[in-house]
Amino acid sequence: MKHFEVLGTGCKKCVNTAESIERVAQELGESVEVVKVTDPAKIMEYQVMSTPAVAMDGKVVHSGSIPEHDKIAGWMKS
Amino acid sequence: MLEIFTLLANWLTYDLIGLNPETKLGTSIHFFIEDTTKILFLLVVMIYVIALARASMNLERVRAYIQQKHRLVGYFFGSGFGAITPFCSCSSIPLFLGFTSAGIPLGITMAFLFTSPIINEVAVIMLWSLLGWEFTLAYVVIGMGVGIVGGMILDAVKGERWLKDFAAKAYQKAAVAAQDHESEVEVPEAAKLTMADRHKFAKEELKEIVGRIWKWVLIGVGLGAALHGFVPDGWFAENLGSGQWWSVPAAVLAGLPLYSNATGVIPVMESLILKGLPVGTTLAFCMSTVAASFPEFIMLKQVMTFRLLALIFVILLANFMVVGWVINTISPWLFSGF
Repeated sequence: MKHFEVLGTGCKKCVNTAESIERVAQELGESVEVVKVTDPAKIMEYQVMSTPAVAMDGKVVHSGSIPEHDKIAGWMKS
Repeated sequence: MLEIFTLLANWLTYDLIGLNPETKLGTSIHFFIEDTTKILFLLVVMIYVIALARASMNLERVRAYIQQKHRLVGYFFGSGFGAITPFCSCSSIPLFLGFTSAGIPLGITMAFLFTSPIINEVAVIMLWSLLGWEFTLAYVVIGMGVGIVGGMILDAVKGERWLKDFAAKAYQKAAVAAQDHESEVEVPEAAKLTMADRHKFAKEELKEIVGRIWKWVLIGVGLGAALHGFVPDGWFAENLGSGQWWSVPAAVLAGLPLYSNATGVIPVMESLILKGLPVGTTLAFCMSTVAASFPEFIMLKQVMTFRLLALIFVILLANFMVVGWVINTISPWLFSGF
């Protein structure tokens, strides 16, 4: 099971990002875990400067926007 | 070319709706139609064009540029990048930590964050079309000045002492590392983008920005239009126009609880100036509304102690007042048109 962390200090885009990932996972029948990380110290550890950002299994795969459907689907398959 | 919007407003207000140009309602509606159509048109065109140009820009590259510069130049670069880099205010904390943990001095990071809400392409486009290029230039210089001077003061008093612990540690670690191998920072290469990539980015930007600010434009122009039609000409000039010294701090205090972005406040500025409020007082009010906002302070509380926040608050207010007084004193020479 893939573990996703949505990094961001809690704006609307971060919520949308988390929802997008869950929706795509459901579409593809994948089971995933999505956690929202809002702690600034944790976000700093990931060295992310533009939020929302997404980390998959502890590695940053995206930052600065709500990821597109196809990009998310790509993560599920990887 | 922009007269077309005056003509459109003439036709809509006076011919189609049939209002009398002599009435308060007539002038207000005319002002509203002319400014909203003009601003929205310019915004759509300019945001798209500018986004095409900056599609390959990102914060990592900006940070590396700033890191390479000498400290004194750093303030100018910090403030300059704050003006041209697009970023959502919800990103200010990650940005702050990203800069701090790379060893960039607090003052330079804050020069970026101070300037960012005051100057952006939307504000510049609106000012230019409503108040002309001289005023726009003065606004940009003042906006950057507030950021640069604010940042320098913060460093002069060693403000980084009052960062929250985890942020202070990250900064010290990076500062020590930087001394060991100086100027080894390399600017990451810009992503190679095709015209199609740029178009896609610009389209997204356009959708995002216009979606976020159209309400502010309507509210701002609405307020401006009401002021324009219903406050008698010369009212400000009679009551505040001789630039009484206290009118500046009063304007700063009045702007504090109001929270708007630059888009909403600029049409109001236009009306205030046309009605004879001194330019410095108007600018002080505008900066206080845009740059000192409580939501921003609450966010910064996550990385700063109360003491540092209070210090930043006082520095900003003092800067706005100085701007107001100085501009009121020199504006008779600067803006002969107003």
